[in-house]
Amino acid sequence: MEVIEKKNKNKRYKPILDKIPDWPVYQLSKNRKEFIEEVAEHAFKRIKEMRPTRKQLVDELEATVYREQQRMKRNRWRVDPPDESKFWAKVKEDLIELTARPLDDNATERKEDEILKRIVQRYAGEIAGNFKPSSYRFAREIIQFWFARLLNATRVKKFGAIFRNQYTLRDKIQIVGKVKQLRNLAKNGTIVMVPTHSSNLDSILIGWVIHALGLPAFIYGAGLNLFNIKIIAYFMNSLGAYKVDRRKKNLPYLETLKMYSGLAIEKGAHSLFFPGGTRSRSGTIEKMLKLGLLSTATEAQRNIYLKTPEGETPRKIFVVPVTLNYHFVLEAPELIDDYLSIKGQDRYLPEDDKYGSVQLIQFLFKFFTKGSNISVSIGRGLDIMGNYVDEDGNSLDAQGRIIDTRDYFISNGQITIDKQREDEYTRMLSQRIVAEYHKIHRTFASHLVAFVAFEMWQKQHPKLDLFGLLRLPEEELTLDYQEFRKTCKRVRKQIYNLKKEGKANHATHLKGKIDLVIRHGLENVGNFHLKRPLLMDKKGNIVTKDLNTLYFYHNRLAGYDLEKFI
Amino acid sequence: MTSKSLSDLPPVGVIGSGNFGTTVANLLARHRNVFLYVRDEKTIEHILQKREIRGHKLNKHITPINDLAELARQCDIIFPIVPSAHFREMMRKLSPYLHPYHVLIHGSKGLDITLPKGQTLETVTKLNRTQVKTMSEVIREESVVVRVGCLAGPNLSKELSARQPAATVVASPFNEVISIGKRLLRSDRFQVYGNNELIGVELAGVLKNIIAIAAGALNGMGYGENARGLLISRGVVEIIHLGRALGGKTKAFLGVAGIGDLVATCNSPLSRNFQVGYKLAQGMKPAEVFASMDEVAEGVNTVRIMKKCADFYKVRAPITSTLYKVLFEDVTVKEALDYLMRYPLNIDIDFID
Repeated sequence: MEVIEKKNKNKRYKPILDKIPDWPVYQLSKNRKEFIEEVAEHAFKRIKEMRPTRKQLVDELEATVYREQQRMKRNRWRVDPPDESKFWAKVKEDLIELTARPLDDNATERKEDEILKRIVQRYAGEIAGNFKPSSYRFAREIIQFWFARLLNATRVKKFGAIFRNQYTLRDKIQIVGKVKQLRNLAKNGTIVMVPTHSSNLDSILIGWVIHALGLPAFIYGAGLNLFNIKIIAYFMNSLGAYKVDRRKKNLPYLETLKMYSGLAIEKGAHSLFFPGGTRSRSGTIEKMLKLGLLSTATEAQRNIYLKTPEGETPRKIFVVPVTLNYHFVLEAPELIDDYLSIKGQDRYLPEDDKYGSVQLIQFLFKFFTKGSNISVSIGRGLDIMGNYVDEDGNSLDAQGRIIDTRDYFISNGQITIDKQREDEYTRMLSQRIVAEYHKIHRTFASHLVAFVAFEMWQKQHPKLDLFGLLRLPEEELTLDYQEFRKTCKRVRKQIYNLKKEGKANHATHLKGKIDLVIRHGLENVGNFHLKRPLLMDKKGNIVTKDLNTLYFYHNRLAGYDLEKFI
Repeated sequence: MTSKSLSDLPPVGVIGSGNFGTTVANLLARHRNVFLYVRDEKTIEHILQKREIRGHKLNKHITPINDLAELARQCDIIFPIVPSAHFREMMRKLSPYLHPYHVLIHGSKGLDITLPKGQTLETVTKLNRTQVKTMSEVIREESVVVRVGCLAGPNLSKELSARQPAATVVASPFNEVISIGKRLLRSDRFQVYGNNELIGVELAGVLKNIIAIAAGALNGMGYGENARGLLISRGVVEIIHLGRALGGKTKAFLGVAGIGDLVATCNSPLSRNFQVGYKLAQGMKPAEVFASMDEVAEGVNTVRIMKKCADFYKVRAPITSTLYKVLFEDVTVKEALDYLMRYPLNIDIDFID
């Protein structure tokens, strides 16, 4: 039985810019070569500032080569270019030649500058996306068409249903929140969208959402590992993704990457990145964000203020938090295992994925054949300081007074560049984004039941720590339904309270008779996993087949201080 | 620096004309023109005629003013130095005139409490960080100013006015704010240290008042230096435990604003906190002690607040909770001391790895 959802208000949105050539991302890719040059040039300058003496720079380059060669030895991927070992061997050779003689800081010839330039140019080329209008349109049609076919075939069980158009993706994926504001802001400024991240599917999902809202394509920071999966690689390339290689942690790479993102934002390209850095392994809503890419938004805004001539209105950057709310995360069992082993013994974890194209299609099929809705919550727009903005993009303080964002960069009457100040601003922004995530994340019935069940078991075994609890045999764990029901009700009440205080949100299906809500939750919580994390046995008690995975789904509600209501 | 070049530089604002406020204004006036906010007209008249306030001579570069809007318009850098009990109210009045380019460095050593409706500090049983705020947090909550800092350290106004050597800490997450503080305050007799742990430094300044009461009590009992040495070292440990529970970092409590301020306060018999402890030890009842003073010592409230925070965060705080009993539950200083000397847990240091 399906619990009735509130009538889906999702409607079609007209594109805010008609023609693809008007899109900022298209402008970027049309001038791809020039842009890569620009990124490389700026990154080169920045790194030179950070490593001012010859010795410092050469040390940095040596470290970079070493790390790159280690990476190639240990962790090669299908997407890695075939010529890379040759490239790095040559760099190493040149460095050895250079360091054979003592470094003179007064020398006019600076071979290391040329080497650095070579490296950042290569990196800029690797990172840059390649947006093509033709393949964008094609990918978009494919997603629309096949998703619709799948949906109709599975929902309307009649012969020929595959050709019907009764259901569309919009029925499956709900988009809620500040859609109108987002569309307005995208017309008047540059959007930096920052969604939560739990599944590899997120990238495709959010790409579809952006299109469905009538927004021009965004540039993405997508993990390079995704490009190992051919299907996804195709979609990503066509959706304007640029590549983030998390194996490369060397300074030239990180600076080039940040420069790419920053310059693109400065040029007005709407951007998207997952500020958690990687999929949430524990299943919690992101609490700590990676500040690197986020800082590029702050820096871009400052540059815009610096460079805009007097009399012109500087273009504003708007940060829009988004949460993706799932009943089910394909990779949950592996993610939580990763998480537990990291937490257990602080082990090195290679970035790899067990899912290829086949598994992905299988998942998509399951996703459409079983009733498991996804909702996407669009948060209220923020300026780069985390202040709310109104419909016109004005920043507001807590009392609703308008703030001039430019003032944050002013010292002694003038805009100044202060790296430390901006790092601190970025940290403040990240805290604001985390608070917004918690506020807009929609609690599903499945999150509620998972949370309550796990916490009740924890409470039954107060002397066991997390690992002790997880080691208990699943057969020993049962919960009396009446007890479970009462606790669910109590926790749900608290979620209502939090919503009233503006600290949480929930799906409409969480309301209504608690028995139905529990049933909805049990039916949906991780419903495609081989071993169900939570279900009801024949006697009507609540049991689990996979406590680890239950812990994963439970974690979605960690961070709301609900534990004391168990 | 000559007065001519002084007038070329933008002026600096000070809010609060108490002991510390006027002292800071005098320190600042050596480098810049200063606007000193004074609430009532009469005091302004008095200052303009006599160039002094409550025995503090005022530097000629200080201009008294009673218009917050004008102060905020003239000064990008403002030092609010008002008692913690009035701090939020003052910020609410100032807030409409503030912009994100303003820099605020406060010098108030106390906590701000927001209680649920119908509750008072006496009736509420537990307090946590959603109700207890430091002054920098009040500034952030009430205004758009983000570049916030604080002054802390052993800064007894009398000694500073006499130009005895001393130092202060300017704490702020922003290096920019620290260097502003250094530039504006430093002199040949006044050293300024920077610290990025704003919350920890603020808490250090607040929590030391508890230990100051205890120091007064030991003195009142007639005990000497061994006892004081014991108290100060155990006091540091307790401050660190409490401070960490409230979100401060250990580092902040070990510097000038932590140990420096603690030692100075525990050795200054004239401070109000010390006096409270001293009189209690002499056998006066708490009610009599409070009645004998024109203003309640900050430390008394701090004990009340921190005891309730310690309960909430389950922190061991033997000195604080024993003082709480003396101040509010009719235990005598002697009984309290006996209890502390028999306290079972005696690990020397457990906050450094």
